[in-house]
Amino acid sequence: MALLEVNDLHVAFPRGKRDEVEALRGVSLTLEKGERLGVVGESGAGKSMLAFAILNLIAEPGRVSQGTVKFEGENLLDLPERKIRDIRGNRISMIFQDPMVTLNPVLSIGTQMMETLRAHRKISDKDARALCIAKLKEVAIPSAESRLDAYPHELSGGLRQRVVIAIALLTDPEIIIADEPTTALDVTIQAEIMALILKLCREKDVALILITHDLGVVAEVTEKLMIMYAGKCVETGPTRQIIDTPKHPYASGLLKALPQHAGRGTKLYQIPGSMPPITNLPKGCTYHPRCDFATERCHGGEPDLVNGVACYNPLTSDAKTETKTEAET
Amino acid sequence: MTQPIVETKGVEVRFPLPTHFLSKEKPVLHALNTVNVSVMPGESFCVVGESGCGKTTLGRAILGLNSPSAGEIMFRGQRIDQMDEAERKPIRRDMQMVFQNPYASLNPRRNVFETLAEPVRHLMPELSADEVRTRVEEVLAETGCDPSWQRRLPHEFSGGQRQRIAIARALVTNPAFVVADEPISALDVSIQAQILNLLTELQKERGLTYLFITHDLSVVEHFGTRVAVMYLGQVMELAAAETIFAEPKHPYTQLLLDAIPKLEGGSFDKPRQPGELPDPVNLPKGCPFAARCGMVQDRCRQERPQLRPLSNGTEVACHFAE
Repeated sequence: MALLEVNDLHVAFPRGKRDEVEALRGVSLTLEKGERLGVVGESGAGKSMLAFAILNLIAEPGRVSQGTVKFEGENLLDLPERKIRDIRGNRISMIFQDPMVTLNPVLSIGTQMMETLRAHRKISDKDARALCIAKLKEVAIPSAESRLDAYPHELSGGLRQRVVIAIALLTDPEIIIADEPTTALDVTIQAEIMALILKLCREKDVALILITHDLGVVAEVTEKLMIMYAGKCVETGPTRQIIDTPKHPYASGLLKALPQHAGRGTKLYQIPGSMPPITNLPKGCTYHPRCDFATERCHGGEPDLVNGVACYNPLTSDAKTETKTEAET
Repeated sequence: MTQPIVETKGVEVRFPLPTHFLSKEKPVLHALNTVNVSVMPGESFCVVGESGCGKTTLGRAILGLNSPSAGEIMFRGQRIDQMDEAERKPIRRDMQMVFQNPYASLNPRRNVFETLAEPVRHLMPELSADEVRTRVEEVLAETGCDPSWQRRLPHEFSGGQRQRIAIARALVTNPAFVVADEPISALDVSIQAQILNLLTELQKERGLTYLFITHDLSVVEHFGTRVAVMYLGQVMELAAAETIFAEPKHPYTQLLLDAIPKLEGGSFDKPRQPGELPDPVNLPKGCPFAARCGMVQDRCRQERPQLRPLSNGTEVACHFAE
């Protein structure tokens, strides 16, 4: 049995009195112990919605309209709030994008860490303090003892995100969901933070769901990859395989559009147009208006995810090299 | 030798910080320290570095949006940093800027036509209303904007479309020099390539010179002619774009290159110690990078290195780079 099994998850928001729009339109995934999964997509693709839905954190008026989220076989969406609290923040932790917003500015680092700990464990003040210091050391925060009494504004962005990671690790979770954990940070700090997350996941055999828009980051960190577009997964599989031989035209387009793939001064491959808003999805495959390979069939119905790709005309590895040379000339 | 279009000589920008009313100290933030760069006509001069390194301040100082406390800024051989607003006005049409965030840089209550017409009316008062209209229409077409956008407001557009409008606004006075401050970092991945291609095309057609400010070295590799790597208000390395990727000379440039996530992997495999910019208020005496440098020696803590040329044409501010 997989550690986490998400099946056909739908999230809907009301539009007007009777109508609803779907932000997530049937997403499934499985995560084994210690496995690292990357979720990639543009803003509005539903990546964060997926993370929130897994933890049953979709705020009113939104709702999970369909699907199951099984953690060790138990459906989190059926659990009463009291029970899910034993899992959320304890066995499944989250790291959010902006550490300045995640941390409470008027509480010291120590208070915030101990608050998390007390919510999930019966522990004495002295032991709690010692554990907090140990966790701060684990994330390589210099002079950890004195940092406990510091406030978030006294720390730099990189250190703040390290504190957030330390808090996420306090309860020794089995899964960490990291939603764009380094987007607000500089490249050098991003490298530090991602190297740290990678090391901790490997050492402690923690599973990771890494949500990002950066294909370079997922290539570095994850083993499995899921590419999302307009609320659906369009391609999923081993990270290496998708990066080397993408099958979905969108995945292939994203990779080809990276500046490192084009020669100096040459024209970059560009995906025309932009992602449609969820309130106004095109008929048929949602990607067909931007797709180079769209056929009559793509206008009709939406393709299901078959063999890891949701496309009627998936690219074979030959086709990829063909289009590549085309872009080069 | 051709004359640089823009040149800075020993430019310093300082920002006085609020003082405590009992304290005699007057803290000053050193945003730029002795910056000497020259931008040649027709090139894409890239400025890279982490946040707080002074790259945006440099762009703004050149356009006269921050006034330097020391040094000289030249535009086509003419000194511009001491000019008052009236003297500067005829030059403004030749120097324009594209900002990072198109959600913040466009006035939400002004339609696209008004946004584009304002700089023309202000900087080119000799043009008639009809000429303004044709000019706006031409620039919109050139930047890939639909003519029907003119009467619409910014909120009706996506990020990529807004950035096209912002680029059109910068180009409407027909400038020779454009400062582009992180023009693609607020955009989605699939849109970034569209905007980069647009900037390249416009450069070819109009012979534009760019000062391209970015934190993303992979963009520099594709787009840049020459690169200045900045750290704590100082230029650490100045090189041709090809050279800097093939032979980075400064340890800081090396650090930046190592930090780029790569599709082949391998960048995040070794743990890294936390490193941060030193406090720009109390500048270290020696090399600003000394605290993070793996090759630091005593001399680095005592003496600040100045830019010096190396045999491969790179200029580097490091005592030990060869």
